[in-house]
Amino acid sequence: MALSLPVYMDNNSTTPCDPRVVEAMLPYFTEKFGNAASRNHAFGWQAEEAVENAREQVAELIGASPKEIIFTSGATESNNLAIKGVASMYRKKGNHIITCVTEHKAVIDPCKRLERDGWNVTWLPVDSEGRVDPQEVRDAITDQTILVSIMVANNEVGTIQPIAEIGAICKEKGFLFHTDAVQAAGKIPLDVQKMGIDLLSLSGHKMYGPKGVGALYVRRKDPRVRLDAIQDGGGHERGMRSGTLAVPLIVGLGAAAEIARKEMPEENARLTRLRERLRQGIMGQLDHVEVNGHSTERLPGNMNLSFGFVEGEGLMMGIKDIAVSSGSACTSASLEPSYVLKALGADDERAHSSIRFGIGRFNTDEEIDFVIRDVVRAVNHLREMSPLYEMHRAGIDLKTVQWVGH
Amino acid sequence: MAYSNKVLDHYNNPRNVGSFDRDDPVVGTGVVGAPECGDVMKLQIKVNKATGLIEEARFKTFGCGSAIASSSLATVWLKGKSLDQALEIKNTSIVEELALPPVKVHCSVLAEDAIKAAVRDYQQKQGSCEAETTAVAVTA
Repeated sequence: MALSLPVYMDNNSTTPCDPRVVEAMLPYFTEKFGNAASRNHAFGWQAEEAVENAREQVAELIGASPKEIIFTSGATESNNLAIKGVASMYRKKGNHIITCVTEHKAVIDPCKRLERDGWNVTWLPVDSEGRVDPQEVRDAITDQTILVSIMVANNEVGTIQPIAEIGAICKEKGFLFHTDAVQAAGKIPLDVQKMGIDLLSLSGHKMYGPKGVGALYVRRKDPRVRLDAIQDGGGHERGMRSGTLAVPLIVGLGAAAEIARKEMPEENARLTRLRERLRQGIMGQLDHVEVNGHSTERLPGNMNLSFGFVEGEGLMMGIKDIAVSSGSACTSASLEPSYVLKALGADDERAHSSIRFGIGRFNTDEEIDFVIRDVVRAVNHLREMSPLYEMHRAGIDLKTVQWVGH
Repeated sequence: MAYSNKVLDHYNNPRNVGSFDRDDPVVGTGVVGAPECGDVMKLQIKVNKATGLIEEARFKTFGCGSAIASSSLATVWLKGKSLDQALEIKNTSIVEELALPPVKVHCSVLAEDAIKAAVRDYQQKQGSCEAETTAVAVTA
């Protein structure tokens, strides 16, 4: 098959809709357009049936019961609802939340807001591969702790957290455990029972479903989790999330969840193989390349590499036929290099030199081979242009140089 | 963010990449920036002592496309200029020429700093050479 350019390899940012998902959604824009809350006519029943079917599909993906699934506009809303909703509801019980420094901003910022509003938040560190130590969760617990929020897998470096161990600690100590599973849902097996998860956020567009839809799993028994709603109105979704249900999007999320669940074993093996092909292909031809994140406990499709002596945005410009992301400051609005890579203990230079490859369902072996060739070519080209590489080859230790910052 | 055609051109076809011997007395070297800031520019000028003009310029840059383009452009502009004219090159001219967005203005500032540092290095070398000559003359 001929290679079509540009190659999309940024599947941790978003994924295209699977055509099967789009096909499932289409009737719900036109002939099956009813409001799922219309209880008295066929249009409403049809829509409600579709939503309930999707609820089952999403529930099955994570080992939940359909009644425990709340549909939202996406994982940012799910995370906000989980964290702020629990904080508000359980305020009398305690005011302490435990989370970690490499969480997505959609967890960090709600926690920071709560901090400003008088809650105490413990920000756990991670090790050099991005893992939280469950013992540190245990050590951080106080008699005021009401919630732990630790993501399943990191969006930048793909590191998978010891979720089941953390869940067990939360169960033992009797407080709630929320996890942001945006990157993990549909990618690796998840089971809210086995992992002791009380609240779980997921998103449609990270798993080949549509943008603008997500879900929050809210446990109904052992314990029954209660939330203060953020958005009030018609009392939809057990009163936790008012607002007319986005039926076509929800149908799409459900279809995406079902496809992901059924194809996961085969697809995981394929993505892991492609990831390792990419890593070995690049590292076999270039020296001074470092893997960011965990060597084994990482998402099948994620590879994050730092290319020594080369700046990430400059590199992305050199591989313009490949869509990837960088932890370089230059690609962020804040001009700060990736806080995730910094939390792993990477120095700023390593963060500036990082590229995230997000391999997905529609990537092929041919694309991987093209990416290897193009990255190797661009890195060699930029190193020839790099004063740092020149100094390194001249035997100068860059760490000892007195730089004139600006 | 889309890059201007001129940035792309300098990035894809960088002018005057390379290095001069930094110990050469007619070479001035400026190294500015820091790896942890995500950009380091090394800019060198080679001066014709007879005419006082910059005969050639070279750069090596670690940084984003705009940083590479800014330093590449600087080497083009430096060629044939006197040291005083070189010091008149302003970052705003680089911003204008390359149509750099506000978030990339610091790349042009770095290029201006690199020019100044290279000229200063050359002048210091010349100054110290003259001082040496003077010292020798006095003792003799």
